[in-house]
Amino acid sequence: MSEISEHKILFGWEEIKKSLLTCIWFMFLTFPIMVIQVNTIHRTVEWRWERLFFVGAGAFLLSFLWRYMIRRKEAGIKREETAQNTHQDLLQRLLSNPRFSRPALAVAVLFFLTFPLVFSLYQIDIMTTALIYVVVALGLNIVVGLAGLLDLGYVAFFAVGAYTYALLNVHFQLGFWICLPIGGALGFLFGVLLGFPVLRLRGDYLAIVTLGFGEIIRLVLENWNEFSFGPSGIANIPRPGFMGMDLALHQNHTYIYYLMVGLTVFTIFVVRRLQDSRIGRAWTALREDEIACQAMGINKTRTKLSAFAIGATWAGMGGVVFAAKTTFINPASFTIWESVIILCCVVLGGMGSIIGVVAGALVLKLLPEYFRAFSEYRMLVFGTVLVLMMVFRPSGLISSVRRVYRFEGRNKLEGQP
Amino acid sequence: MDLEYFFELFLGGLTRGSIYALIALGYTMVYGIVELINFAHGEIYMIGAFTGLIVAGLLTLLGWPALAILVIASIAAMIYSCAYGWTMEKIAYKPLRKAPRLSALISAIGMSLFLQNYVLLAQTPDFLPFPNLIPEFDFLEPIEHIARSSEILIYAVTAVVMVTLTLLIKFTRMGKAMRATSQDREMAMLVGVNVNRVISMTFILGSATAALGGVLIASHIGQINYYIGFLAGIKAFVAAVLGGIGSMPGAVIGSLVLGWSESFFTGYISSDYEDVFAFLFLVVILIFRPSGILGRKESDKV
Amino acid sequence: MKAVLTVTQLTKTFGGLHALDGVDLTIGRNEIVALIGPNGAGKTTLFNCLTGVYIPTGGSVEITSPEGHTTRLNGLKPDKVTSLGMARTFQNIRLFQNMTVLENVMIGRHCRMHAGIPGAILRNARTRREEKAVIDDSYRILENFQLDRYVNEFAKNLPYGAQRRLEIARAMATEPFLLLLDEPAAGMNAQETKDLDDLIVRLRNKEEISILLIEHDMKLVTSLSDRIFVVDYGRKIAEGTPAEVCCNPVVIKAYLGEEIDA
Repeated sequence: MSEISEHKILFGWEEIKKSLLTCIWFMFLTFPIMVIQVNTIHRTVEWRWERLFFVGAGAFLLSFLWRYMIRRKEAGIKREETAQNTHQDLLQRLLSNPRFSRPALAVAVLFFLTFPLVFSLYQIDIMTTALIYVVVALGLNIVVGLAGLLDLGYVAFFAVGAYTYALLNVHFQLGFWICLPIGGALGFLFGVLLGFPVLRLRGDYLAIVTLGFGEIIRLVLENWNEFSFGPSGIANIPRPGFMGMDLALHQNHTYIYYLMVGLTVFTIFVVRRLQDSRIGRAWTALREDEIACQAMGINKTRTKLSAFAIGATWAGMGGVVFAAKTTFINPASFTIWESVIILCCVVLGGMGSIIGVVAGALVLKLLPEYFRAFSEYRMLVFGTVLVLMMVFRPSGLISSVRRVYRFEGRNKLEGQP
Repeated sequence: MDLEYFFELFLGGLTRGSIYALIALGYTMVYGIVELINFAHGEIYMIGAFTGLIVAGLLTLLGWPALAILVIASIAAMIYSCAYGWTMEKIAYKPLRKAPRLSALISAIGMSLFLQNYVLLAQTPDFLPFPNLIPEFDFLEPIEHIARSSEILIYAVTAVVMVTLTLLIKFTRMGKAMRATSQDREMAMLVGVNVNRVISMTFILGSATAALGGVLIASHIGQINYYIGFLAGIKAFVAAVLGGIGSMPGAVIGSLVLGWSESFFTGYISSDYEDVFAFLFLVVILIFRPSGILGRKESDKV
Repeated sequence: MKAVLTVTQLTKTFGGLHALDGVDLTIGRNEIVALIGPNGAGKTTLFNCLTGVYIPTGGSVEITSPEGHTTRLNGLKPDKVTSLGMARTFQNIRLFQNMTVLENVMIGRHCRMHAGIPGAILRNARTRREEKAVIDDSYRILENFQLDRYVNEFAKNLPYGAQRRLEIARAMATEPFLLLLDEPAAGMNAQETKDLDDLIVRLRNKEEISILLIEHDMKLVTSLSDRIFVVDYGRKIAEGTPAEVCCNPVVIKAYLGEEIDA
């Protein structure tokens, strides 16, 4: 019954009228910016009428979809309120079923391990970059997804890591393997230093202050020539050596690739353990209700600070690898929008969900590389993703699942110390 | 000589401050009513400037007189910014009214990113020259080298907008509804205020003033690109917080303070670190005085 | 009788408003004391001052643990107060909605645990032992509160009465010797209130704790409490056994007011 009426609503005359109105509205809205291109120097005007047609057609069709999705969302909220059991979708059920997840995991491991043997140097490079994003996004996931602190200056810690390696190498010829932990440690230190004053702020102010800090660090790197070599950046950063040997180009890229795979596995391992510990529970509780959390004896500042600093550690390490991989860094790689892209990975995948964040980062980094047409619209799509995810699926594509504990009954419990 | 330099910086600060004020008003009104940092507000200002540029460019080619172009371009910019502001609210914020604050903020960031790149792709990534639409007034000739007529116009427009908005909010029916909604949305709804309309109206008013700021500053500086909204928006937000977010007189005071501080900082200390200064200001204000000069202290209810 | 909580001349002002004005209060060991008064009398403000949510303007708050350590609480953070042995619930339920029932109670155990970040990552024997103990303890607490059938349910999906119980269970998980309950029976029906009554008595007898509760349900208050404490306009206006307080004309005038005449 309900399905029939839904369809009726979807394609009734009223709906078509609504969509027509939307269509006209968007044609009006986008008219000057999409259609008219004025060149005030050459005194010419270019009219691009054909665009108006695409806008109109797109708006007309999408408005149906929009209203359908909104209706579905509202119905979904009602369902959730009445349902006793937590609602899980197909993907989650598959992932939590060992009969599916174990083979899937095996295939994934095999894929990533044999990747450099099968694919070209170019592909390896792209995948390495994507894995750097996976690691950094997992770090941000601790801050945003678990502890609920929106950090818009996250890329600053990435910059700290990258510049740590670049500068230590330029001035003291320190190698990659020494700089990796130093980068992580400096990330942690900066996390503590920046986090300490700001963490008592309310959520949205915290976001803006971290944005401010992020931009300050970038602008300082840009202007303080004596320290950071200014906007021109630092070039010829050495790639990591393997036990003191210099590797050929192809070998070297493969080496960094495996290094990143290792770092990714390590990150997933650590984040999983943290998430499922006393500290991880405190982070989640803090996200849910700060006041109740304090009433449970949790030190708010220390807990927030630990999330902030541990997240920053991963950004720091990611930064070191980034510098080593690209061999060139400059402040332009660390703008606020880079933070937003990392945030986008977390939001798309599912805040708090490790597998979601991994998937989100891979999708968002790989798609633009493989669909050249898409790459031009990359940032436009990221913006759209942020809005749509928040409106329709705030928990992300693969939402996080709370751990389920099993108890086999009283007797067993009482028998234990 | 030194005094003249000081005076120049003072007027420069006043110009910046006035523009910040025109943007900050929208920030503060929206925050007062929906408690949302409308991150994309700077983009509305940018869209206002672009619409103004397009209309002004067309009319210049037709050979209209500058003052007429200025008026028409401003009106067109305001209409379009309002339309964008209104649509943005319907798409990105309205479905999130009951969601956590951070969701709405993330949505706003997404909107900001979208609008920037929309203009970048539909128009151009480069700086576009903006026609100078403000004629030189004769009576300004004696002080021409420190205050241009465009600056005088900016002060005047800002003052007029300020007064108009204050009167609007104090005395009209809609103004009363807005104040009621900002006090307590549920209660306002219960006594029959159409909250949806109030929120739409807030976005429209804020967008209109931002558009005005966009056209004026573009005409004063002489060039725009798709990215001008970000920094202007952030700075206007700092100004709004400094004055006490939610308070309209506060937004103006905060904007002027920020404008002057920036102007004197770049004039006397360092122009390289101009934006660093603005961000430092932001960080310091938010950490040490998040309730601002005129704002009331907020605390969570237990 | 040994006091566990001693409040002397507690004052809290908001701007010019005296929300609390020189309140004295003591609670003895294993005692149930009810705090009553009209809406806006300052009851929740008093709770917030005791638990560190507000910093009192004047006066002092001291607690004495069963071992005999006395600590002055003024200016301590809420988490410190809880770890010293005073736990609370909230008037409007404040559970961790998107966490499971078991996790809610495990959070309560947080301040009695020690594992830090290294422990969490390395998961050494001590951490594993601690984690296991916490799961078992939390489950046992849930059993005591008849919440064990909801173990893996999200807190937000629990029926109302169970949510109230879970809040108390979570507070008990912090091992308090003094428990503050803010309107625990609010919104409950007669049967639920009756169960709550039994639960609180059982808590006092079995766990040997003292309880201070704010409550409007006079039937519950008179049946439960050893002493009643009446506040109005931030001042104590009466104190005594239920029988004494109910006959006190000052109380009737201030609290029950016109309703008695009508």
